[in-house]
Amino acid sequence: MAQIVLDNVDKVYPGAVRAVDGLTLEIKDGEFMVLVGPSGCGKSTALRMIAGLEDISAGTVSIGDRVVNDLAPKDRDIAMVFQNYALYPHMTVEQNLAFGLQLRGTPKPEIKKRVAEAAKMLGLDQYLKRKPAALSGGQRQRVAMGRAIVREPQAYLMDEPLSNLDAKLRVSMRASLNQLHDRLGVTTVYVTHDQIEAMTLGHRVCVLREGRLQQVDTPQRLFDNPVNLFVAGFIGSPAMNFVTAQLVRDGGPHVAFAGEKLPVPEETFAGKPGLDGYFGREVIVGVRPSDFEDAAHANARWARIPVHTSVTEELGSEINVIFTIDAPPVVHKDTTDLAQDATEGEEDAAIPLVEDKALWTARVNARSHVRPGQDIELAVDTNNLHFFDPDSGVAIGHAAAHAVAPAGA
Amino acid sequence: MSLPVSTPLPPRRTGAASVADPPRTRAGRPPRSRAAGAAAGVLLWGYAAVALTPLLVMVSSSLRTEADLADRPLGLPLHPVFENYARAWSDGNFSTYFTNSVLVTCGSVLLGTGVSVLAAYALARYRFFGHGVMSAYFLAGLMLPIRLGIVPVFYLLNSLGLIDSRIGLICVYAASGVPFSVFVLTAFFRQLPAELEEAARMDGAGELRIFAQIMVPLVRPALMTVALFQFIPLWNDFFFPLVLIGNSDKYTLPVGLTHFVAEFETAHAQLNAGLVITTIPLVVLFLLATKQIVAGLTAGMSR
Repeated sequence: MAQIVLDNVDKVYPGAVRAVDGLTLEIKDGEFMVLVGPSGCGKSTALRMIAGLEDISAGTVSIGDRVVNDLAPKDRDIAMVFQNYALYPHMTVEQNLAFGLQLRGTPKPEIKKRVAEAAKMLGLDQYLKRKPAALSGGQRQRVAMGRAIVREPQAYLMDEPLSNLDAKLRVSMRASLNQLHDRLGVTTVYVTHDQIEAMTLGHRVCVLREGRLQQVDTPQRLFDNPVNLFVAGFIGSPAMNFVTAQLVRDGGPHVAFAGEKLPVPEETFAGKPGLDGYFGREVIVGVRPSDFEDAAHANARWARIPVHTSVTEELGSEINVIFTIDAPPVVHKDTTDLAQDATEGEEDAAIPLVEDKALWTARVNARSHVRPGQDIELAVDTNNLHFFDPDSGVAIGHAAAHAVAPAGA
Repeated sequence: MSLPVSTPLPPRRTGAASVADPPRTRAGRPPRSRAAGAAAGVLLWGYAAVALTPLLVMVSSSLRTEADLADRPLGLPLHPVFENYARAWSDGNFSTYFTNSVLVTCGSVLLGTGVSVLAAYALARYRFFGHGVMSAYFLAGLMLPIRLGIVPVFYLLNSLGLIDSRIGLICVYAASGVPFSVFVLTAFFRQLPAELEEAARMDGAGELRIFAQIMVPLVRPALMTVALFQFIPLWNDFFFPLVLIGNSDKYTLPVGLTHFVAEFETAHAQLNAGLVITTIPLVVLFLLATKQIVAGLTAGMSR
């Protein structure tokens, strides 16, 4: 086991394409680190540089105490799980598991022991003599895991290992991965574009965008204190609602937008130094869908806003209420990037907005029985409002805000 | 050999799978009308008759005596005799020709395939200086029939002292099969996912081991196909041994057959026996290899 340290790592492809740009990241011994970001953010490239499958253009990567920049993949003592599993089709499960050990000259009885242990751990005992083609997707995935486990490496690298599985299996494999990591305690770097996977698996999650680090923190802290609009919009589902608002002092601090006014608690100013400098100016306000509630079921001290429901999504345990607010959607590089990722780059994939008004989502109690087209009153937990600078997109008063390069710089 | 991607699970390949294959494909076809079915049947049986009749005549003639043949050129071997085979084999020198054919053909196929698989792997999976030129060079070999170059080939072999030599013949044959084999194998190698190579590299395999233990086993069906495609024309080839071989001890079967006709003017029965001897290995090879190749091709498709 070992820590992995990336120090100012760059990856420049021919044609001056910067896939990874000055990435500095310290992955602690035994940590489960998730690299997450939209497609093309450089997360896979970063992983492949740790693996040794890509050259490092600049900076250093160390595993344990060794700088591994010039070491071949096999000498880095790491194991990788690939998205398409990359099992050797002509070998049985047993041979697949044993291949890496054989090449390392592990004695035969030891190989047998380790393969049997891994197979037992992953529930593959009865499939050892089968070839990968005769296995289901989930079983193949477990063989790919097993191939990494038997090697007993310093670290596991996983490149979207669950993305080829169907949704239900993915959830159960996620749980087994968590269990497996608790049991083995090996440093793991895990790449995914799925923020739910990132939140559920990672001890810490590293959000990347265009090759640059945005924020590294525990899932909860990413959710509660996103460093900029991009992270705020990327982490959390449904995504955070944004609006451009005026911060006004009107018998107490308020944010005013779309004909509504939400009070801003005094404690907020203590927690976000610099926010008071924005009085009389515009800020981008972010509200998590989960910080809404149907007024009838909500804390009496929360602020109220009346809305007209456009669509409801009843999920059983809760209802997503989608409504328009009388303000244009926030146009900022961060939010447009996110929208592009959500529609996978297709310009027309999203439904055009009605009269250019922002669509918000509120997550309310299932008992509220709200129907589409209904006017309801929503309560907002104003303690959890997020404030972003309208130019840089950086969270106002965030401790790490200075560390993030402004968007598009 | 289907690869573990997100395709639906292919049926398990057990011993019974290959037997069970044909009915499944037949059931998968859309139903045809009776008339169309009958027409297709007539056409196919007609073609089979045209193709098989000469072979049947050859076999039956080889089992009849010379006198019987002279009496009735076409007819059934009512009293089959096998002395034609014995005489062709010993008196007609067919044992020598047969050995030569086996040596030359197998040697050429092994050499040609070996060279091709190495070249194809490099062309398919590496980018290097001169890559395009090399690809074009191999491809050019497909464009020009090698027989057009017989005069330069003759002088080349002559200057190398390889005229009238089985090794010279093997060299020419092996080279003649390389372009096609490289062409086919390159396509196969290119299809193999890069992750397999990377996984092997992480497992600690070097270039040679990746090639020999991961990549080559995966293109085995293609290897079988190109080997067979080289074998058949070489086994049947008449032209090169005729030009390049002078000594009758080094003749291959096709040339041997003509030699045989010239020496035994009217020995049609023995000639037919010789033809059967020449044909049998091809038939056996087809019976053995077809299953392998079909299995390999279908497995390749399902990936």
